[in-house]
Amino acid sequence: MDTSIRDKYQAIIGLEVHAQLLTESKAYSSDSTEYGMLPNSNLSVITLAHPGTLPRVNKSVVEMALKMGLATNCDITRYNLYARKNYFYPDLPKGYQITQDKTPICTLGYINIKDAEGNDKRIGITRIHMEEDAGKSMHLPGETETLVDYNRAGVPLIEIVSEPDIRDSVEAYNYLMEIKRLVKYLDICDGNMEEGSLRCDANISVMLKDAPLWGTKVEVKNMNSFRNVQRAIEHEIERQIMVVENGGKVEGETRNFDANTGSTTAMRSKETLNDYRYFPEPDLPPLIIHQEWLDGIKAAMPSLPQELYKRFVEVYGLPEYDAAVLTDAKEIALYFEELCKHTTNYKAASNWMMGQVKSYLNELQLHIRDFPLQPEQIAGIIALVDENKVSHSVAAKQVFPYLLEHPELNAQQVAEQQNLLQQSDSGELTQIVQAVLQENPAKVEEYKAGKQSLVGMFMGEIMKKTKGKADPKVANQLLREGLNA
Amino acid sequence: MKQYNSLRDVRTDLTNGEVTCRQLVEQYLRNINEKAELNAFLETFDEEALAQADAADRKLANGTAGKLAGMVIGIKDVLAYQGHRLQASSQILDGFKSLYTATAVQRLLAEDAVIIGRQNCDEFAMGASNENSSFGPVLNADDHSRVPGGSSGGSAVAVQADLCLASIGSDTGGSVRQPASFCGVVGFKPTYSRISRYGLIAYASSFDQIGIISKSVEDAALLLEVMAGPDAYDSTVSQRDVPAYSGLLATDTRYKIGYIRDCFESEGLDAEVKDSILSIKDMLREAGHTVEAVDFPYLDYIVPTYYILTTAEASSNLGRYDGVKYGYRTDNATDLSSMYKKTRAEGFGLEVQRRIMLGTFVLSADYYDAYYTKAQKVRRLIKEKTDELLQTYDFLILPTAPTTAFKLGENTANPLAMYLADIFTVQASLAGVPAISIPVGRDANGLSIGLQLMSRSFGEPALLAFSNYILDKITVEA
Repeated sequence: MDTSIRDKYQAIIGLEVHAQLLTESKAYSSDSTEYGMLPNSNLSVITLAHPGTLPRVNKSVVEMALKMGLATNCDITRYNLYARKNYFYPDLPKGYQITQDKTPICTLGYINIKDAEGNDKRIGITRIHMEEDAGKSMHLPGETETLVDYNRAGVPLIEIVSEPDIRDSVEAYNYLMEIKRLVKYLDICDGNMEEGSLRCDANISVMLKDAPLWGTKVEVKNMNSFRNVQRAIEHEIERQIMVVENGGKVEGETRNFDANTGSTTAMRSKETLNDYRYFPEPDLPPLIIHQEWLDGIKAAMPSLPQELYKRFVEVYGLPEYDAAVLTDAKEIALYFEELCKHTTNYKAASNWMMGQVKSYLNELQLHIRDFPLQPEQIAGIIALVDENKVSHSVAAKQVFPYLLEHPELNAQQVAEQQNLLQQSDSGELTQIVQAVLQENPAKVEEYKAGKQSLVGMFMGEIMKKTKGKADPKVANQLLREGLNA
Repeated sequence: MKQYNSLRDVRTDLTNGEVTCRQLVEQYLRNINEKAELNAFLETFDEEALAQADAADRKLANGTAGKLAGMVIGIKDVLAYQGHRLQASSQILDGFKSLYTATAVQRLLAEDAVIIGRQNCDEFAMGASNENSSFGPVLNADDHSRVPGGSSGGSAVAVQADLCLASIGSDTGGSVRQPASFCGVVGFKPTYSRISRYGLIAYASSFDQIGIISKSVEDAALLLEVMAGPDAYDSTVSQRDVPAYSGLLATDTRYKIGYIRDCFESEGLDAEVKDSILSIKDMLREAGHTVEAVDFPYLDYIVPTYYILTTAEASSNLGRYDGVKYGYRTDNATDLSSMYKKTRAEGFGLEVQRRIMLGTFVLSADYYDAYYTKAQKVRRLIKEKTDELLQTYDFLILPTAPTTAFKLGENTANPLAMYLADIFTVQASLAGVPAISIPVGRDANGLSIGLQLMSRSFGEPALLAFSNYILDKITVEA
């Protein structure tokens, strides 16, 4: 699209994110939530909505919702009512979903993200409420009937609704990534969009930049990856602009994103929307969040990415880039935190984490929790370098790999046993330097005649003789003395 | 075999070796067969009941029997009993067998009661005459041309006609009390939340309560004490301790009793019923109790409020009967939408469909505030006023029903007239307070008249003791 057209318009975007919670049992029954079981094995009469069954609240669902509310700076609703959302679909066993309507457990919060220019931006959170997932309808090849798997029915979800504060697809992407980071830091959801444990719907409208009123909003569904959310929003903004540019009116409707074509198509118009007939769930008493309960959850809250980011920049003096990389995943950040308890060379620690440690993990496709070395051992390597006992290159190419093979040792032991400690004893090095000069008289003459670049060749010979252990500074000093003598 | 009027009588004969549990069950099964035309039982569990009776006999012999050994009980077809059919007298649950047992039923079995069979009722407990059953109406044993009341009609007739010693029913707006009144037996609805609803098919969840139909107040007290109490499977059940109600039936307290003036002035109240209840009022006053007229200004609102709220909840509660997972599914579906429509149109009876439609309407976005929200507010007013009266008075007395048992077919053409038959029973349901119907007389046709007493929430000990006292007094004076 021509930017001169595009630039006339402003998009207004709000996201609704569903996060499947990592509880062991379902939201309103003790049935297992284990993923990947045979269809219809995580069931009981309660999940199947047999006559006479009743729901029971799973306390950990409430606690996870509260954690997310605290992490997103929300007000906590102390007196909660559950509500029924009524509609017919084969994957919904009761004919209604138990959710929250008028009293979401968390309201009016915010998170901070970066906008498209990299500036800080606050995105409001309208509400977070608790609800339950539906089962899955399955259309198997060769099977004329639709089959239903109820394993997922009743698995707990929280729905996080943002304010319409998002202005473009980059912000939407950054918002979603921050939500993912938060749920992972809180250990309440695995954040996997491809597997559907994190789901996102987007409400999008466009208007002329000076328009007094917002445009008609369109809901886009079925974006099953972070990139697809960005793509779908991009496409939908341009589609709506084209409609308006061509003199049309944007229809209030729900549209489906097709990842293959990168475009959206109409699913249903708002006029034919279900009337869900919400009313208070009479089978569950009001849920009251006591102060003590909330205090306990607050006390047990882990450090959050933005707090760690701030600390890494302000206390450890890391560049913002380093802080962002290190806080991207909780376990890496926590490992780094621990590492910083054993060294004060924070930048070196950051380099090791982003460099050798990450490469090792990537190469073997390992998670940091399976990394064989303790933070103390990495700190030991950093100390060896800082104390000039080994060069950085020896540390990276020899000490680190050997330590990985022998995680029972520390860095100092490896350097000693492998005879890697640098020779900075000038007496021994002087002899080696002299030997090298005597073995290459022609080159010495060339140097003296002005070919300064031969220093590198002499250093190479010295390193060869010392098997790389010569302290390069000392060796260089001695070499120049010898050449200039 | 002689007729027993309480478990106490049964236990005396069991102890004296004059009868065994097996003989009791055999006799009740014979009675059920002989009086099959009453249509009170949908099925009997012969072999299983006899096995339970034998087990009870053994336990009685070795002194390990539970509280209910010798008690032969029928259960309304809304209570889940593992391995047995459960269908709320509806075709939508055709062929359905429950995979689990209701908490209340489990507690009866744990005390060595015998469950003899499943009783007919109005479909999904919706009705006041038992004419809404897909298995046909139940007949009143006193007059086969008349209804037994509803919705627990089969349960009331079973006790009335000596087909079992007691029945477990459900009471959402009078479904235990009104048929008890029509059949001359005791019908008791405890405080809402006193007995776990787990395993009770839901009609209107914020009203539904398991109730008891028996010949004696003492048996009602004993059954309540066995079934009541906390249950991990029902989040709404009361956590209060359960008193030993059956041991608290003696009373010489002089009580303060209110009778709701407006009820006695209501147009539809049958003159004989009115006289009978007023005579009880006089009898109590003479016995030294304080009896005063009280005003209850919301009488005109209780039936509409009740029907708005119960149909709203029912429309949601019955959503699960969709032909997808269990029960009836139409053979004529062409797609998903037609499967839903046809399954539900073919599986549900007309009264159930009417209430689902009503409830769907009052919950719909455009009418929600005008009906549902308003009815919730009126319910709170009714509850507050009822609770307030019950702070001043120990009991409120009124007729259970405006008439005695009416003729089969008399009200079926006029649903509104049928709904108004609930006018005296729904107050306790809206307020959640306990209420009981006890038989206090008969009209010129020999049809039973029930007196209803309400007490404050969890006031069951005094309510049962006072009901027992009134029945004793009537017997003595008769």
